[in-house]
Amino acid sequence: MSEGGLPDRIRTALALLREFYDAPHRGALARARQEEEDLFLLMVLSEMMGIPNPAAYHTLELLPLVWEEFHDWHRRMGMERSPLDHIRCC
Amino acid sequence: MNALFLVALGLGGFTLGYLFYSKFISERIFQLDPSFRTPAHTLEDGVDFVPTNRWVLWGHHFTSVAGAAPIVGPAIAVIWGWLPAFLWVVFGTVFFAGIHDAGALWASARNQGKSIGALTEAVVGKRARALFMIVIFLLLLMVNAVFAIVIANLFVGYPSSVIPAWFVIAVALVIGWLLYRRGVPLFWPSVVALVLLYASMWVGDAVPLALPEGGFFGLGAPATWVMLLFAYAAVASLLPVWVLLQPRDYINGLQLFVGLGIFFLAVLLASPAVVAPPVNPNLPADVPSFIPLLFVTIACGAISGFHGLVSSGTTSKQLDNEKDVRFVGFLGAAGEGALALAAIIACTAGFASLADWEGFYASFASGGLPAFVQGGGSIVSQGLGLPQHFGETLLAVMAVLFAATTMDTGVRLQRYIIQEWGSIYGIGVLRGRYLATGIAVVACLALAFGAGGGAGTGGLLIWPLFGTTNQLLAGLTLLVLSVFLMKLGRRSRFTLVPFLFLMTMATWALLVQLRQFWERGQYFLAVLDLVILVAAVFVVLESVGALRRAHAERGGPGGQGRRGATG
Repeated sequence: MSEGGLPDRIRTALALLREFYDAPHRGALARARQEEEDLFLLMVLSEMMGIPNPAAYHTLELLPLVWEEFHDWHRRMGMERSPLDHIRCC
Repeated sequence: MNALFLVALGLGGFTLGYLFYSKFISERIFQLDPSFRTPAHTLEDGVDFVPTNRWVLWGHHFTSVAGAAPIVGPAIAVIWGWLPAFLWVVFGTVFFAGIHDAGALWASARNQGKSIGALTEAVVGKRARALFMIVIFLLLLMVNAVFAIVIANLFVGYPSSVIPAWFVIAVALVIGWLLYRRGVPLFWPSVVALVLLYASMWVGDAVPLALPEGGFFGLGAPATWVMLLFAYAAVASLLPVWVLLQPRDYINGLQLFVGLGIFFLAVLLASPAVVAPPVNPNLPADVPSFIPLLFVTIACGAISGFHGLVSSGTTSKQLDNEKDVRFVGFLGAAGEGALALAAIIACTAGFASLADWEGFYASFASGGLPAFVQGGGSIVSQGLGLPQHFGETLLAVMAVLFAATTMDTGVRLQRYIIQEWGSIYGIGVLRGRYLATGIAVVACLALAFGAGGGAGTGGLLIWPLFGTTNQLLAGLTLLVLSVFLMKLGRRSRFTLVPFLFLMTMATWALLVQLRQFWERGQYFLAVLDLVILVAAVFVVLESVGALRRAHAERGGPGGQGRRGATG
């Protein structure tokens, strides 16, 4: 057994245990997270799509941060093309 | 005869099956190729498709497929004597379940990780896919109803299991919160959870919690438990996965390994004698012939269609190397077989005398889990020097946890199916999670009470019907595999023979039971039997058509199928 082999093995065993915990539900959790993110994007973009948003002043600041995800989001929402005239991602 | 002999024979059979038969199937029939890039690599997305260490994958696969069913089935079936149940479990695991589970895994991995339902459509046709969905829905309906009744009976029969069974929910909630919200590493919460679980068994043993004899709301105690369990399952299935389902599955997985270890250690130390006869010469009057009923009474533990869903639904998407199909698929089936073997030993060697055993197995529906708990508890107490009632609490909690985790998942899956139907047929209200859950729960309750009357205790009456539906699903998977193999130009008899055997036994069992239900005036069960029989007939018709088409294709000009053999 190499020097420090035991801690390595323990570390591997703990990583495998964690994998045993995570893996079966990874997909369900990722989908739930995505649903939350989709709702969040809808809130951020709502004013632009004609839905009054009392927090628009604050969510406007978030626009640059969600820019990258916009294209994937509108595709996931079933809109083949960008729903906003001034954002021509595709 | 000593139970150790049975353990050695059973585990030896699984080992030989793994060493020789699974090697033959993997090399000659599936032709597993280590250089094949599995969907976990080609479609890797960090979510569903993730290459996973084979030990971890086997751990998931085994804990996902193992539940209360491989305990309940053998616990009922030993009424015919230990030999038929033992032989069916050993041969079924090696020659039926192994090739079925590994085959579903392999076929799915060779088809971009598609589920067996999607493969049914691709390989057999659209009608078969629709049939598949119906059979799955029936299966979930029955599994939820049966397991609710099984747990309710255990709570009534063993009130010492009530506190630990509910306490584990609190433990799971805390673990979920610690890991997800606090980012605590997993090791110590796991150790503490197991210690607390076993400590709670001591508390439960000291403070048994029984409902009043008459239960609540005018229902008896078992019926009250059934209502409470479905209320719990509805809430649990609506909660986010990380809150309860994930930590609960995890604790249950650990408990499965620890529990099996404790049990086999106790058998080794106690080396009890098998008091039940190999073949029971004094069968109670209501027990049907073991052919065909044995083969549907023991589904999980010998072969179960549910495994194909797990193999192709999640396991195949995480397969690191195609060679792992043999390790994960065949050893997953062997793990389930070992659980069934434990149940057979508990129910045949855990009694003081033959008269005791016969007293317990006085009618077809009277054995089951109570026999497992009583017999297993006795073996654990002899082997490990624990009090008998503590041993019983331990086994009762083990069975309750298995059944309850399956119920949580079962109700959730049923909700998904109802929501999917809402989407397919454009019925907007069905897409709502609350209404879909409500419909799922009401359907299960209707079955639980419809089968057993107002007491809601008819669970064991529908057990063989549940097994039959499970076998129909396994039959469909074996059919898909056979057609797939035929199209590749490989020998399909290793899946075709189990398929034919299962379909014959399942259809025969349905006819035998239909007659019984009708004669006894159990019309609700007769109608249910008829619905499953219709599904079985359609499966047979679909099969004949698919096999003829595949045969014609293979024999066609140029041997089209053979060219795909490398695919």
